[in-house]
Amino acid sequence: MHSTVRDQGQAETYQIVGGAIPESLTNRPGDPERGRLVVLDRTKGDCIVCHAMPLPERPFHGTVGPPLDGVGRRSGAGELRLRVVDPKALNSHTIMPAYYKVEGLYQVLAQYRDRPILTAQDIEDVVAYLLTLK
Amino acid sequence: MNSPRPILVVILVLVLSAPYAFVKRLVAGEPPPYVVEDRRSGYTYLSEENQRLQNDEFANPGMFWVEQGRTLWQKRDGAAHLSCVSCHGDAATGMRGVRTRYPRFDPRRNKLINLEQQLNRCREERLRAAPYPYESEALLALTSFVSFQSRGSPVEVRIDGPARPFFETGRAFFMRRRGQLDLACTQCHDQYTGQRLRGDVISQGQTNGFPIYRHTWQTLGSTHRMFAWCNVAVRAEPLPYGADDYINLELYLAWRGRGLPVEAPAVRR
Repeated sequence: MHSTVRDQGQAETYQIVGGAIPESLTNRPGDPERGRLVVLDRTKGDCIVCHAMPLPERPFHGTVGPPLDGVGRRSGAGELRLRVVDPKALNSHTIMPAYYKVEGLYQVLAQYRDRPILTAQDIEDVVAYLLTLK
Repeated sequence: MNSPRPILVVILVLVLSAPYAFVKRLVAGEPPPYVVEDRRSGYTYLSEENQRLQNDEFANPGMFWVEQGRTLWQKRDGAAHLSCVSCHGDAATGMRGVRTRYPRFDPRRNKLINLEQQLNRCREERLRAAPYPYESEALLALTSFVSFQSRGSPVEVRIDGPARPFFETGRAFFMRRRGQLDLACTQCHDQYTGQRLRGDVISQGQTNGFPIYRHTWQTLGSTHRMFAWCNVAVRAEPLPYGADDYINLELYLAWRGRGLPVEAPAVRR
């Protein structure tokens, strides 16, 4: 399966293979330290709104999604990449947003229209960070 | 051998105290419970501090709008030089229960009408005065005052007959994923109630308390302001206040919380 996303003017394609996106979305390796900041940033990932994460510097983690402690031990990069890019490819009923998708959305607020929640590099950095959660 | 006895006494006290609390509430003539079958008022998700704030008519900040509304109810206005009192008299009797029945089907417009629109219709047709803009202090005040006359009465809207298609449209709105976050109301407020979103427990999104004094806003707001706020929170385009789709949603939500007591002006986070 191929999907295309316009990412700040660039078209990024990815391929889903066996419940994973094995290939990186970018040429640059993910930076786990930057990924941690994307996870915490309320305008970007804001993952702790739903997930408990080993980030004690921020209080009040959500319980909507599963805790992510140890997620880097349980899943590989390709699986984590698909779960951030488009979790609905795995479970169409999931409450989790697709962080790298612009198609099939309804009544998107003008300022967010035709752009994904995260950039391709944000995704790679988040995946690199999640892989450190052993 | 006598160690089980204190445990038995504790169990006995607990078992007996539950019906006692229920009887006590009946005797005291308190408002209907905040839980009806599986439907829970937002009140039950509040801290005790906020529950006390709502209960105390002197401390509840929403009462400021109720009092302003009381003044507007009595004030002569418009070309007809009439007030609400001219037709309806004392609101405590004339307006009792009105809030529980809105929105309702309006045969003249052949669609639903909500309480705010009904108040403005009276202003235009009886007082011959200009309607209050949606979410203006005056409309919030009058809506709060009229709603307050139904405090404690169970919400009971009609969804049969001509109201039915509007009810169905409202339900469809609730079920539809929208916005960049691709979330439907039902996902948080049906499927994940009781879970925490950051520090906040997700409520059922019941509307029996509206208009509400919301701490996030530091002011009082209508159901439509809340709908628009939620839409923007999932990064979806909000509809204009007073939009037909929001009124249809209002009807669906009122039915979804049927039997819950009118709490206006409720205090919410």
